[in-house]
Amino acid sequence: MYRSHVLVCGGTGCTSSNSQQIIDALETEIAAAGLADEVKVVKTGCFGLCALGPIMIVYPEGSFYSEVKPSDVPEIVEEHLLKGRIVKRLLYKETVQESNVKSLNETNFYAKQHRVALRNCGVINPENIDEYIAVDGYEALGKVLTEMTPQQVIDEILESGLRGRGGAGFPTGRKWSFAAANQADQKYVCCNADEGDPGAFMDRSVLEGDPHVVIEAMAIAGYAIGASQGYIYVRAEYPIAVHRLQVAIKQAREYGLLGKNIFGSGFDFDLDLRLGAGAFVCGEETALMTSIEGRRGEPRPRPPFPAVKGLFQKPTVLNNVETYANIPQIILKGADWFKSMGTEKSKGTKVFALGGKIKNTGLVEVPMGTTLREIVEEIGGGIPNGKKFKAAQTGGPSGGCIPAEHLDVPIDYDNLIAIGSMMGSGGLIVMDEDTCMVDIAKFFLEFTVDESCGKCTPCRVGTKRLYEMLDKITRGEATLEDLDKMEQLCYYIKANSLCGLGQTAPNPVLSTLRYFRDEYLAHIVDKKCPAGVCKHLMQVTILTDKCKGCTLCARTCPVGAIEGKVKVPHVVNQAKCIKCGACIEKCKFGAIVKK
Amino acid sequence: MKSLEELRAIRERVKSNVHLRKEDSPDNIRVVVGMATCGIAAGARPVLAAFTDEVAKRGLENVMVTQTGCIGICQYEPVVEVFEPDGKKTTYVKMTADKAARVVTEHLVNGKVVEEYTIGSISNLK
Repeated sequence: MYRSHVLVCGGTGCTSSNSQQIIDALETEIAAAGLADEVKVVKTGCFGLCALGPIMIVYPEGSFYSEVKPSDVPEIVEEHLLKGRIVKRLLYKETVQESNVKSLNETNFYAKQHRVALRNCGVINPENIDEYIAVDGYEALGKVLTEMTPQQVIDEILESGLRGRGGAGFPTGRKWSFAAANQADQKYVCCNADEGDPGAFMDRSVLEGDPHVVIEAMAIAGYAIGASQGYIYVRAEYPIAVHRLQVAIKQAREYGLLGKNIFGSGFDFDLDLRLGAGAFVCGEETALMTSIEGRRGEPRPRPPFPAVKGLFQKPTVLNNVETYANIPQIILKGADWFKSMGTEKSKGTKVFALGGKIKNTGLVEVPMGTTLREIVEEIGGGIPNGKKFKAAQTGGPSGGCIPAEHLDVPIDYDNLIAIGSMMGSGGLIVMDEDTCMVDIAKFFLEFTVDESCGKCTPCRVGTKRLYEMLDKITRGEATLEDLDKMEQLCYYIKANSLCGLGQTAPNPVLSTLRYFRDEYLAHIVDKKCPAGVCKHLMQVTILTDKCKGCTLCARTCPVGAIEGKVKVPHVVNQAKCIKCGACIEKCKFGAIVKK
Repeated sequence: MKSLEELRAIRERVKSNVHLRKEDSPDNIRVVVGMATCGIAAGARPVLAAFTDEVAKRGLENVMVTQTGCIGICQYEPVVEVFEPDGKKTTYVKMTADKAARVVTEHLVNGKVVEEYTIGSISNLK
């Protein structure tokens, strides 16, 4: 029996900052101290506070160590595990008060969070099915198969108000009931784990931290619609998630939780993985299914919808990872419990991936209806370096920017659409005053141009032209007429594209135009970039009254654009300057400025 | 997996593996074993192991077994302190694995302090 558990994050973030080395060092040190029978080391999924990784929690004390290095391990073993003295210098600063140690759940980052989908991430060992079973795993599947009819399952999900977490927010129960109503000799259940939005990584975290929850939920969906085969379409760029899914599927088969006659109910269900090769468009449902079929991942027109003719032309249910992660909890705790969280039309919780100019980068799960201000300022810890909040980007390349004036809007599907953005998969990128909104729109368009599959003209040619217009604006070469043309083109692309990728691609442009039109005008009329980002619209100049002629800038400049003699104010040769800003960083007198 | 009962049997068997990983509740009893050099030299390790095993065997989910450094009464090591939710503290001294088992049964389960092992009774003897 172990008296202490040491949990180390094995998510992608912490793994890339050497958490595996920490685990190895822990095991060596613990064995050397003769504690191998008393202390257990567990590799878990993501704890969410990725900014401070690698993260380690020691139970029963619940000590939360952050930014642990392999070289800290001997001290942790010697002091904490052997002698019971918590290593205070490594504790997450927010948990340390003057005299005592605060509980993790009282810290700003965790206090407002409510974990449903991420319930087991950072708590259990994802590669051990027993630990999942210990926290009520597969109980929901057992309940469904032995006590409920497929219709009752669908009714429960419908009643809960759960909506798709992949972006569009379609009611999950409705999707299931359509697929159930269509008769066929074979139906399929698919999981969309092709998470592609820049900055979103919640699906990866669920797969890495709690893979069994997805397997259990897919089996429940299979029972509800009458499918015996499922596919998880996961990106090949998520090697840890793929590995843990493989382990989890193998274990579930060994336990008879996948396969024939599950729970003696006569229900058969099995799962296979399909790896995506990294095309963004394969996150679109029809393209995803085409890709599973072994063909080039391109979308096709809807209708027919997947619930009628989906994978291999059979009725198919396709849900996102996070959607599935909610299902077992709804079955066990009931629709009323789920409905008690959230807003009128958006029930439950949502996971957001916080990124950009924010202190606590990481994953947070909050009830729907939490305001952006709470997420950014309280949970996220605000903007670093005393800068001002300018906007938050949600929904990735399909979404839009939310300006400061809407910080207090409760976030749910409908409110976000009303203010010109969308939930998307839940990426939330925070931008401060140093961000140029035209440049951001251009960044996302560059992404969609790259990722457009090329099947339909409005998307293939339209996004390219849109990108060129934005580029013209950032170069200061556009006219007001171009701006009108650009806006028209946006609506044209939205109305005519074949799939969601093209239909939403102009959103970053439209939402920045809506809230930050003055920035576009500044680029076009005044030929200025207010944030000082667009290189063509600014100049690096040396203030003659401040320059001491130390020559440091001239020696730093990578292109030899700064000229001048010792102890005489220097000058920038604008024809040569590439505006890299290296001289500004080096100057000790603050004599070089961007204008 | 043939039935829900089978799943629940597995859960019962493995539950104790994870119940440690919960936020410490103020309603928990804390058993603290002195594990400084003096404590370890006097045999605190088997005492700590005995507490962990007994608590697990009885499935006492409201008891947290942990360790601490030297509390300054080295001649009485191994020292074990039991903190109850109401703030009551009992200090057991010169503990052994066998004594630990009795403390679990009588004190932690039945709420009756094992007086003869406490620091009060030992120092009275002297």
